[in-house]
Amino acid sequence: MHELSLSEAILGTVLKHADGRRVTAVDMTIGALRQVVPDSLEFYWDIVARDTLCEGAELRHTMIAGRARCETCEKEWELDLPIFLCACGGTARAVAGEEFEVESIVVEDKEDACIAQR
Amino acid sequence: MHRTKVTIASDALDANTTIASANRSDFDREEVRVVNLMSSPGAGKTTLLERVLGGDALGELRAGVLEGDVQGSFDADRLALLHIPVTQLNTGNGFGGECHLDANMVRSALPSLPLADIDLLLVENVGNLVCPAEFRIGEDARAMVASVTEGVEKPLKYPLMFRACELVVINKIDLLPHLDLDVDRLVANVGQVNPEARCLLVSAKTGEGIDQFADWLAEVAGRVPTAA
Repeated sequence: MHELSLSEAILGTVLKHADGRRVTAVDMTIGALRQVVPDSLEFYWDIVARDTLCEGAELRHTMIAGRARCETCEKEWELDLPIFLCACGGTARAVAGEEFEVESIVVEDKEDACIAQR
Repeated sequence: MHRTKVTIASDALDANTTIASANRSDFDREEVRVVNLMSSPGAGKTTLLERVLGGDALGELRAGVLEGDVQGSFDADRLALLHIPVTQLNTGNGFGGECHLDANMVRSALPSLPLADIDLLLVENVGNLVCPAEFRIGEDARAMVASVTEGVEKPLKYPLMFRACELVVINKIDLLPHLDLDVDRLVANVGQVNPEARCLLVSAKTGEGIDQFADWLAEVAGRVPTAA
């Protein structure tokens, strides 16, 4: 339900790295603990990307399941519910599932860069 | 047209984080500690602030408020009556009516904040239990208000927010006699989702528990800044 805000944040980060080049694809890693609905993110992405260098760019993603590890007994488990209190009473840390990263983008080379390569 | 893959491998909120760090540097330079106060709409953030800022609970500590709302200055007007510096930040005014504050919005408000005259800035975020948890604003500490009328399962439904905060103020405990809510279960659920969070039982209406909240604010105000 916060996908509009997040898609705007992605746009800001992608444009920073695009350095004035047109972007055709964005590859993301999304952790399950971020409570992001990918379909919703893609829907808003298409809207916020309009009239920018990202217009029409495909937003692709890889989901990462949430995993916790107890700091006391070192037990590790996959998170179904967001429970970080271990059965031993210890506090668990998320070792996976908190990712929300732009891994890479695909950009069209600038005209002059193409000429220089010839 | 030739295409190139560019590896970025950075947090998607990187653009916001960069600005948050700049805010933090500015706050540090003025020796102002910042608390980001979040909650769902109607949990009682403004009443809590009225109560803690209205009396002498904070002693000599000089506090100011940055009031975030989509529109209007209803909350800021209430707090201004306490004769403390209050700055209104409307997300509907040039920020597309955002449902949260982000680092850039707070940055835009910096020139109107009397940083030289305060020790502690309380930022009342837009009432929303999701988006504010995602956007750092340059704060030293994040706290939230959860009112007892919201039910015991909120921490499990909104773990992002409950995990983002080091303090959970459980407000409106004066209503407990009228509710079926098991407050111990609510506290336990906070502990399940965020075992390190501290819970305070408070009634902003009667003032019960306000001193502990004031003590926490004073503790934050005394913190040595760490790198943002």
